[in-house]
Amino acid sequence: MDFISILSIFVMACFVGYYVVWSVTPALHTPLMAVTNAISSVIIVGALVAAAGRSDTGIHALASSWLGLAAVTMASINIFGGFAVTARMLAMYKKKQKG
Amino acid sequence: MEHVVLPAWALLAYLAAGVLFILALRGLSSPATSRRGNRYGMIGMAMAVATTMATQAPIPPGHWWPRPSPEDLVILAKILIAIGLGAVIGITTARKIQMTAMPQLVAAFHSLVGLAAVLVGLAAYLNPAVFGILLPSGAISPDSRIELGLGIAIGAITFSGSVIAFAKLNGNMSGAPIMLPARHVINLGTLVAILGLVAWFTQDESLWVIAAITVLSFAIGFLLIIPIGGADMPVVVSMLNSYSGWAAAAMGFTLHNTAMIITGALVGSSGAILSYIMCKAMNRSFLSVIAGGFGTDAGAAGGEAREQRPWKRGSAEDAAFLLKEAENVIIIPGYGMAVAQAQHVLREMGDLLRKEGVGVKYAIHPVAGRMPGHMNVLLAEANVPYDDVFELEDIQGEFAQCDVASSSARTTW
Repeated sequence: MDFISILSIFVMACFVGYYVVWSVTPALHTPLMAVTNAISSVIIVGALVAAAGRSDTGIHALASSWLGLAAVTMASINIFGGFAVTARMLAMYKKKQKG
Repeated sequence: MEHVVLPAWALLAYLAAGVLFILALRGLSSPATSRRGNRYGMIGMAMAVATTMATQAPIPPGHWWPRPSPEDLVILAKILIAIGLGAVIGITTARKIQMTAMPQLVAAFHSLVGLAAVLVGLAAYLNPAVFGILLPSGAISPDSRIELGLGIAIGAITFSGSVIAFAKLNGNMSGAPIMLPARHVINLGTLVAILGLVAWFTQDESLWVIAAITVLSFAIGFLLIIPIGGADMPVVVSMLNSYSGWAAAAMGFTLHNTAMIITGALVGSSGAILSYIMCKAMNRSFLSVIAGGFGTDAGAAGGEAREQRPWKRGSAEDAAFLLKEAENVIIIPGYGMAVAQAQHVLREMGDLLRKEGVGVKYAIHPVAGRMPGHMNVLLAEANVPYDDVFELEDIQGEFAQCDVASSSARTTW
């Protein structure tokens, strides 16, 4: 993909984000932050690519793969933690019988 | 070397992951659909990870067959251990955390995204070939250098800013603003220096340039947040949420990955909108919050200037009598309620009043609590039905008709 195609996707996604986020009910703004936090850990894709780099090509490549592994760990904490804590919060919003 | 050419199915899978992330946020438009939304998010993430594992890492295409080499399997094992470790830490934290501590947890999570972005950026700089950003001449392509430089800078700011936000919210550090003399000059100078270095990086890919960008960005994240007072933390946490998105987007540009770009844009806009909502609710301009320290000055000045109106102190019995005789009561919870863990008692009181035939509603100011929507979560935790909880704009008209508006919030309406 060339730069312009990627930029187009980015700009369109910003608009989608704008409208989708305004439609989120204010009561769920905390879960919104938790879940956006979890999905921003999609950076794990880059971390995986780095972690899987061949490390037999020198010290730089070796360092790169370890940095990647560290990033994989951090992103995973965020992914699992973020989705789990969101699920926990949303479970409290289940429809309840009025007492 | 050209960009890694991924099979069409992988590109479509990344796109689908991006769409699932959009649906995840869309689900949050109502509590009824929100849990399904969260599941969409999980599926999207699983798809993105699985696609990457199958096509680029840990075992590159062509290595799966006839059989992966031992080195490939070692890499696979390391990656699985890293993911497993993250899963254990993440899930235990998410289970244990108290709802009042949610703001610092989110700040801590932001710092991890920021640091991960920095590490991925540095890894791409050290081994550009695996990221497919190496030109035939052996140099990193100039547009990738801009993306890397910006990604590392935004990630580093997110990291150090979130660490400070965490320390202030968690009480490891005083919430009072720390004012450096000439801080605006220092901050502006550092920002200009970072942008200058990113520009310079396109010409000179030496290690010192990227190291300087990283160090200065860590410093500016720290400098930007220390002058901001504890009361303004909801804005800061939202803003850092936005930054973590932009950092992911910058890395998405480097990797030409649609899932990362869509996510970055979503998260970036989400954080920006939340910051805007918070600022508006506090009658502050975004710039004045970010420039730092204005909050405390303005607060003190406002306190003195406020007209002294007559007031009466009442006992708990008086309050109980008033509430029982009222027809409609609107409760406006503030952060004090949360600190005292009084949401459960409050809900019991609401139930008692309802038995007496009193109408009870809850009104929530946007900045009640320490992050957007925090008070709603605390009330939900105490089993207050969300139909009884109203936002500022929806209930403002009803104050004229209600008999008692009980407020523990220090924010004025």
